[in-house]
Amino acid sequence: MQKIWDSHVVEQLDGDAVLLYIDLHLLNEVTSPQAFEGLRSAGRRPRRPEAALAVADHNVPTEHRGAGVPGIAEPESRAQVEALECNVRQYGIPYIPLTDRRQGIVHVIGPDLGLTLPGSTIVCGDSHTSTHGAFGALAFGIGTSEAEHVLATQTLVQRPAKSMLIRIDGKLGRGTTAKDLILHIIAKIGTGGATGHVIEYAGDAIGTLDMAGRMTVCNMSIEAGARAGIIAPDEKTFTWLSGRRYAPVGSDFDRAIECWRSLRSDPGALYDRTVGVDASEVAPMVSWGTSPESSVPVDGVIPDPACEGDPFRQAQLRGVLSYMGLQPGAPIAGLPIDVVFIGSCTNGRLEDLRSAASMIKGKCVAPGVRALVVPGSGDVKAQAEAEGLGGIFRNAGFEWRDAGCSMCLGMNPDHLQPGERCASTSNRNFEGRQGPGGRTHLMSPMMAAAAAIAGCVVDIRKLS
Amino acid sequence: MTRALTELRGVAAPLRLANVDTDKILPSRFLKTVRRSGLGAALFDSLRHNPDGSINPDFILNREPWSRAIVLVALANFGCGSSREHAPWALLDFGIRCVIAPSFADIFHENCFKNGILPVALSRDEVGSLLEWIERPAQAELSVDLPRQTVRRCDAVSYHFNIDPCRKTALLQGQDEISRSLEHEVAIAAFEERRRRLSCFPRTCGPQTVDRD
Repeated sequence: MQKIWDSHVVEQLDGDAVLLYIDLHLLNEVTSPQAFEGLRSAGRRPRRPEAALAVADHNVPTEHRGAGVPGIAEPESRAQVEALECNVRQYGIPYIPLTDRRQGIVHVIGPDLGLTLPGSTIVCGDSHTSTHGAFGALAFGIGTSEAEHVLATQTLVQRPAKSMLIRIDGKLGRGTTAKDLILHIIAKIGTGGATGHVIEYAGDAIGTLDMAGRMTVCNMSIEAGARAGIIAPDEKTFTWLSGRRYAPVGSDFDRAIECWRSLRSDPGALYDRTVGVDASEVAPMVSWGTSPESSVPVDGVIPDPACEGDPFRQAQLRGVLSYMGLQPGAPIAGLPIDVVFIGSCTNGRLEDLRSAASMIKGKCVAPGVRALVVPGSGDVKAQAEAEGLGGIFRNAGFEWRDAGCSMCLGMNPDHLQPGERCASTSNRNFEGRQGPGGRTHLMSPMMAAAAAIAGCVVDIRKLS
Repeated sequence: MTRALTELRGVAAPLRLANVDTDKILPSRFLKTVRRSGLGAALFDSLRHNPDGSINPDFILNREPWSRAIVLVALANFGCGSSREHAPWALLDFGIRCVIAPSFADIFHENCFKNGILPVALSRDEVGSLLEWIERPAQAELSVDLPRQTVRRCDAVSYHFNIDPCRKTALLQGQDEISRSLEHEVAIAAFEERRRRLSCFPRTCGPQTVDRD
C-alpha cells in the first residue's frame, strides 16, 4: 500500500496532505451527473478523459434490455442514463453502452477488461471500489465532489491512511467461501473496525482464494469501514490478467509483471494494527441485523437484547429485531425466505454463479419463493450461458436477468416489498436497502441458492 | 465553491443511533436526481415518515424545537456505507451544517468538508453528556465556534475539538479545492511525463478508447 501511495504522490501539500495521482477513474450514472455539472459551470474540462471509463449500472433495468435507454421505464432513471451518455459524448470519455455485451457492474467489468492493474490507483463514486484492491491496486470510493476533482485534475487531495494487516491462515472448511470469510472478519472487528485504515489481507487462506474470492473479500472491506482493501499480486493475479482486453501485452506485460512483483510488502513491514484469523474456524455466515457486522454462523442464534448492558444499545437492538421480524434466541437456520437475490459487485461473477448453480442442479425453487440471478456483466452472463449455467438456473425456476446492480440497492425495478425476507449475496443489509421495509440476510451464493431450494435458511454443510 | 463556515448558533438534534448509514440518511430511491439540491425533504425518510407516508411525530426532527436543527449529534461511526454525496447534500438542504459524533465513516467525513458541513468528533463520554443535555427542549441550542474549535452549551460548558488546520482554513474561507489543486498543474504534468517513461507502466492505465464490437 505504502509503495503505491509513494509512487503516486504528485506533490506534498500543507500538513500531511498530498496530491495523489489517479490512474483510473470509473464513473456511473448515479454519482456522476453533479460532477459533470460542476465541471461545466466552472468552465473546466476533464484533464485525461481517456483515463476514465463510464458505464450505467446502478439504475438500469435487468429485463428487456434490447430496447436500450429508451426502454428504461422510469423517467428519472432514464434521465440519469441519458445525462451520462450526454456527458461522455461531450467530454470524449470511454463509455460502454447499455446494449453492449460488456455492460455490467463497473467493479466486475474493470477487472474483466484488464483495466484494473496492480500498483495503480483507482477511484469511483461508489464505495465498493475497494473490490479492485484484489489485484494489488489502491482503490477506493469517493464522493461526487471528489469525482469532479479527479475529472478536472486527475488527482485527489489525500491524507495517509493507517494500515491494518489481516492475516488469515488455515483452510476454509467445506461449504465456506470468501463471502463467509469476510462476513466473519466484519463480525469480528465491527462495521467501524477498520475506519481510517487500509486493510491488507495476507496469509495462506488468501493465497488459496481465486481472484473472484479475493474480489469478494476486498469488496466488503468498506463494510468494516476500511478506506480500501488490498492483496499483494501473485502468480494467480498475473495469470488472470494475461490476455485481458486492456492489459499490457507481449514484452510490456513481462516488464509489468517484474514491476508488479516488487509491490509485495517487505518482510517485517510495520502495520498500525494486526488481526489474525483462523480460516478453519469460519462457518457459513448469515446476517441477522441491519449492519454487516450483525452476522452469525448458520448454526447460530439471534442475539437477545436483554444481554446488552447499555440501555440505548439495547433499545437500538430491539428496534433492529422488530424491523427484521426476528425473535431473540431463535436459530437463524430454518428462517423462511420470500426472495433470493444472487448477484452484485460482491458475488455476481462467473465463479459465484458456478458455485450457486452447483447447489440447484435438478432441483426447483421452493413454492412461493421468488429467486433472481443477476449476472455482474453481460460477458459474465454470456459465459454462464455457454457453460449451461443459465439453463440450470432457469430450469430450477430462477429468473435469469441482465446485468446491473439490481436488488443490491433496489434503485431499479428490482426491489423487495415491505416485510419481504431476502437471502441475498449482496454486501449491505441496511434497513430499507433492498426496498422500504425489506429484510436482508447476507450470505454466500451457495447458501442463497440452497435457501431458494429449501425455502428457508439452511446449513449447506448438512446437505447430502 | 463551498459555503464558508465560521460560527454556528442554533438548535442541535440528538440522534441516539450508532452506525447511521448513508442509506438511512438518504435511501437509494432518492438518488435518481441529477441535481444537488432539493434532497432535504427525503432526509432520514424511513425515520421521519411512517410506512404509509404520514409524518412520524415521534422522530426527533419532526419535534419542536429540533425540527429547526442546524446541528446533529449522533453515536459512533456516523455516515457508514455508501459513498453517496447525496447524504451530506440532504443534510445541508435540511439545514444541518454540523454533525457531532464519536467517529465518522471516512468517505462521509470527506464529503462533509466538500460541502461546508463541519464534522466534529468528540469523545464517547462528551457526546453522551451532550446528548443528554440537548434532549431537554429548553437546552437544545448550541454554539459551534470553528476558529476556537469549541462546541458550547447554553450553560457555557464547552467541548474542544480537533480539526486538521488545512481543512479548518478551507471551511473558514469556503475554498474551492479544485482551483487550488489546479495551481499544481505543472507538477501534475511533470508527474505524468515521468510515469510515461516508466517501464512498469507501459500506459498510465485506462483505455484509450473503448471500441465497439
